[in-house]
Parts: sequence; structure tokens; C-alpha cells
Amino acid sequence: MTDKGKPLVEVRNLVKHFPITSGVILQKKIGAVKAVDDVTFDVLAGETLGIVGETGCGKSTTARLIVRLLEATSGEVRFEGEDITKKKGPELKALRRDMQMIFQDPYSSLNPRKTIGSIIAEPFKIHGLEKSEGARKKRVQDLMDMVGLNPEHYNRYPHEFSGGQRQRIGVARALALGPKLLVADEPVSALDVSIQAQVLNLLRKLQADLGLTVIFIAHDLSVVRHMCDRVAVMYIGKIVELAPGESLYGFPRHPYTGALLSAVPVPDPVGGHRKRELLTGDVPSPANPPPGCRFHTRCPKAQHLCSEQEPPLTDKSGGTLAACHFPLTREEADSRLPAILSTAEAPA
Amino acid sequence: MSAREALLRVDNLRVEFHTADGIVHAVDGVSYEVGPGSTLGIVGESGSGKSVSALTMLGLTRGKRTKVSGRILFEGRDLLTLPDDELRQIRGDDIAMIFQDPLSSLHPFYKVGYQLMEAVLMHRAVSKAAARDRAIDLLELVGIPDPHRRVDAYPHEFSGGMRQRAMIAMALANEPKLLIADEPTTALDVTVQAQILALLEGLQQRLGMAIIIITHDLGVVAEIADEIGVMYAGRIVERATTDRIFSSPQHPYTWGLLKSIPRLDTPRTEDLVPISGRPPSLINRPSGCHFHPRCPYVLDSHKRVDPKLQEVPGEYGHLVACQLSAEVRKQVWQGLQAGQTPVELRALVDKKPAPAEVVATVPPATEIGP
Repeated sequence: MTDKGKPLVEVRNLVKHFPITSGVILQKKIGAVKAVDDVTFDVLAGETLGIVGETGCGKSTTARLIVRLLEATSGEVRFEGEDITKKKGPELKALRRDMQMIFQDPYSSLNPRKTIGSIIAEPFKIHGLEKSEGARKKRVQDLMDMVGLNPEHYNRYPHEFSGGQRQRIGVARALALGPKLLVADEPVSALDVSIQAQVLNLLRKLQADLGLTVIFIAHDLSVVRHMCDRVAVMYIGKIVELAPGESLYGFPRHPYTGALLSAVPVPDPVGGHRKRELLTGDVPSPANPPPGCRFHTRCPKAQHLCSEQEPPLTDKSGGTLAACHFPLTREEADSRLPAILSTAEAPA
Repeated sequence: MSAREALLRVDNLRVEFHTADGIVHAVDGVSYEVGPGSTLGIVGESGSGKSVSALTMLGLTRGKRTKVSGRILFEGRDLLTLPDDELRQIRGDDIAMIFQDPLSSLHPFYKVGYQLMEAVLMHRAVSKAAARDRAIDLLELVGIPDPHRRVDAYPHEFSGGMRQRAMIAMALANEPKLLIADEPTTALDVTVQAQILALLEGLQQRLGMAIIIITHDLGVVAEIADEIGVMYAGRIVERATTDRIFSSPQHPYTWGLLKSIPRLDTPRTEDLVPISGRPPSLINRPSGCHFHPRCPYVLDSHKRVDPKLQEVPGEYGHLVACQLSAEVRKQVWQGLQAGQTPVELRALVDKKPAPAEVVATVPPATEIGP
């Protein structure tokens, strides 16, 4: 196990551009979707880092770059201090043992023609571990027990399980090789409300028991707050705010984070929003992002400077990094937070 | 809500689908009213029958293998017995519906403006030019920028939020008295969701229409609904004003829903309280109270007796289908609020009604009877 608190993953200036081509035979590159555009952050050993943002902001692409399911255009991903973006062959295969992923859709991420026993045993086969049939079965059943599945269901097929149980199978498979890093890409958004909590509790328990480092991607800000120690907010391929959970939800500094929190529906008719701050318009295309600060086209605080100069991600106070020329003040943050989070009501 | 002048009254609605596997009891005796200009939220998980009840209202579940009974009175007329062509005149005119997935609900082949014009021309005797003007007005009404140009755009040229706006525009084309919104924001990002909800609220105030919003998201109904019905296994298990549902919910399933979602203000150290098990099959439903296999407070009698939707003593208009006593329910909810687990609170159920249980077990025959 790596030392707690030290960076397990260091992401440096990571860029992923997907080319846009035209023509059928002679394909010409006519542009690029800048899915991830110069992103830098650390994931500390033993923590859960949340990545939130709207559809198309690059959060899943970032995760896939880290686990090498996609090749980066440029930049570095260091895992335990070593750059992994250039690793190949046996080196890459060995690396896969240390980083595993849980996917969003538990229906399409399990092979319907295999029993769940063989699905969970697959990582052992690929890496040539647990060669004897009996030992492998024992390990698989231990894993099933750990994630709350009945080990007797070893020979059943995925269609015999509910969505929540399938997601547990996905978790068991991801944990089979004892990874150090677990990347969960929207692990509960396909599940029914009453089932979500089962999977979220399981992930929290496993992390505490096994000392896992987790990158947790979700669009639901309430779920992310519950699960994560630190949270990164992405907007069109950039991290606009990175802060410990309490700071981000207590005092958001980037106007985009403020807008997201202002938009969260609160299941409490009394403690909801006094006044919503609604964003207008749509997210600009990542193929042609606005110059300067990418949020300036929708930002209520935008000034001339914002359209010309891109703000760097800098420390704003209390460990909060935000990329904004004119970060939110305490009053502005309070006016955006729902009443249950706001400090404005507290006696001055 | 004033039941007397209800715009819509659903009375003991039952919808059964006869399939090869057996009879699916999708909706099983649902009743509710919607007053003019008010908003009813229907909450439940997938397969709880919430969409089917709405589709049935518009005759969209009619078919050989569907059996529907009960009454759906809209302005005094029973929609269930209306012939198809008369229903077609109401559908899209007085009652309109918006669906969850805006991409598959718009025809990819036709321009958005044309599809809007069609909605107008279907119900109004106006010229094409007038319908086109109306389409532009509608796009403007729902906040689509540059409507004069956008009216000639195809659905694929719109973003997800804009498509949902276009769907709403289409539903509003004839200023319906009732708008049924089936998971209108589920496919959307939070910021867009907030825009759409604000839009719906604004339009409701301006046009005075009633809304039935169907969703699994308690946050959404908290923001927009006046009254909430919680559905489970084809039935409404609890119905009350929004404030009551959130301040003193009465059904263990409602408690489960409220406690299993993380909120922005729950302490992070607190674990979520999941509802164990999974939603039941609607073909072979559990005996007695349908929720009993998942209920942490189940007693033996609950497995036999099917609870009726009854008013909570002293709470006018708050209905619940649960056999726990009101006193026990109150204590359990207080315990849950204080962070106790259902396992700890189980003692309240076992201890408190113990004398009542004895009484109940003495004449078991009479209890099964009705």
C-alpha cells in the first residue's frame, strides 16, 4: 500500500483531442474536439477524488486516459511516480493490475453468455494467477461474498441479476486483482433510487476496508458530496475548481460551481433554493471553445478581461483552487447555495 | 386541493397487460385528483406503474391485450370510454404530454417548425402561415434564441435542452389545461434541468395549466409539486401535500426513498439507509402489503392483510396505506431523522403494538376475511 496522503496519481498537462475529419478516402483533419485540454491534478493515496461536470465536459475521457483506455494526445500521467502514458506490452499489462474501472451501465458491461463466476475469474485468467480451478473458485466466491452477492450464485448468468446486483458483479471483477486505484464512472446513475444507496454504501465500505484510492465520476452533486474527499469541477475540457468537499460545497469560488449548486434540486421544500441563479444558453462546443475563460459566455460576472485572458487554476483560500479572474464572494456564494447549505441564515 | 372542482379525477384505475408470462398488474386501483392550475407529482421507481397510469389517460395503452377499468374523468368526461377519434381531439389540445427522451420523441426527418405547425393545424382551423407564426411564438415562449431561424432547423441541430424545450413548445401549442410531464428532465444535466423546471413553473403561472409530473427524483417534485403521490407496485401508497411528504412522511417506502438518497446537508459520516431487496414483479406480487418483503418494520399480519389507503388520523388529506399505528410511525420517522437505523427502530414496532398484536392474532380468520 502506498503512503496515505502522498499522490498516487499525478496528472500533468493532460490533453486529449479527438480529430474531426472530412472526406471519405483522403481524410483530412479539419479540426479537433478538445475533450480534455491541459488538465493537471493529483489523486492522493487513500482518498476519493470526485470529478463532476455536465455531459461532454471531459470527465469520462479524463478517467479513461488515466487508466490507459485512451491514448493521450500529450501530457503525462504518473502512477506511483512513473509516467505511464508511454508504457507498452507486458509493462502495460502489469500496470492494469493496479488500476481497475467500474462502468456506468451494468447491463452492457457484463458478457451475457458467461456465468458470473467466469466473469469475475477473468482477471485471474488474463494475468495467469490462481491457475488451479479450485483455488480460483475459492477466490471468486470470497470476492462475491465481499461485495454482498451470494457465493452460491457462482454459476448464474448476468440476466438473472438485478441492476444493483450486476453493479456488484462489476465491483467484484474490478477488485479481483487487488488494485490500488479504482475508477468508477457514473457507477449508480443507471440504478433505481432505492438501489443506488446499496452500491454507494458498498463502495464506501470497501474503500475503508481495503484502503483503495478512488476516482469517482458523477453528474449528481449530492452523490459526489457524499462519496468524495476532494472534488474537481470540469467545464469544456478544463478543471475550473478543485477543492476539498466541505470547501467546495460550503463556499464555491468559481461561478460555474455556484451555478451547478444553485441548480441541484433539493428534496426539501423548506430548505430549497431561495432564488435560483439560472445559467442561460447551452454549453459551447468543445470543438470550438470560447477564447479566454471558457465560461465567460454564460458567466454572470464576466468582464472584458475574461474573454481575452484565460485564468489559471490558482489558490483562492482554504485549499480551494479555482480558475477565475473574479471568484465569487461570500455573499455571492450564499445567494447561490440552497438554504440547507448556506451560512447566511446563521447568526452573524 | 379542492377535490370538488377537480379538473381531472382518476378513480380506481386498473391497467392489466396480458402477456405470455402472465398478467402484469401495472396499475392497481389508483385514484387521485388534479385541480386547475395545480401540480401533482407522482414518484416511484421503474416499474411502479407511474408512466402507465399517465399513458392510459391519453389512450396510449389501448390494445387487445390490455384490460383497463376504473374511470378517468376530465372535465366530467370519462376518457376511458371515449372513442378514439374523440380522444384524439382532446389529446394534444386540452391534455398534452411531454416525454422523457426528447430525441426519440421528435421526428428526425422533419423540421422542428413543421412538427410544431402540425400540432397547431391538427386542432385549429388556421392557415399555414398563421401556424408558422404560432410555431415561432412558441419557440420564443420556451426560450429558444433566434426563433425565426430555429423554426427551420432539424431536431439533430438542437442540443438536448433545446429539444426538450421544443417538446414543451409542442405540448403547449394549443394551451392545454393539463400537461403531463413524464420524467421531463431525467435525460438532462442539472443546469438544464433547473432551466426546464423554471420554465414549466413560469408557463404554469402564465397559462394557468395543471401539471402532472412523473419522476423518480424527489428533489424535482420538492421544487415543483403542490401534492405528491408515492407509487409502489402499481399503487399509490402515500399521498399528501409536498410539505407533509417531506416533513412527516408516513409510509416505510417513502422513508426509504428519503433516507436512501444522499442530500447536500447529510453529514458525510452517516451511511445511507438503502431499501433492501428489489422492486417486486408485477406478475406475481407479494401477498398482503406489497412492500412487506422489503419493509424493515413488517409484522406477520402485514403479510396477509392488504392495507387500504386511509387518512392519517387528524391530518386531512394525508393518505397512507400502512398497517403500523400512527403513533409508531411518528416515532420511527423521528428516530430515522435522528440518524437511527431501521434495525434499531424495529424495537418500536415489536414492543409498542404488542398488545394490539395479541388482539390481532386472536381472531385471525376475521382479519383475512375482508
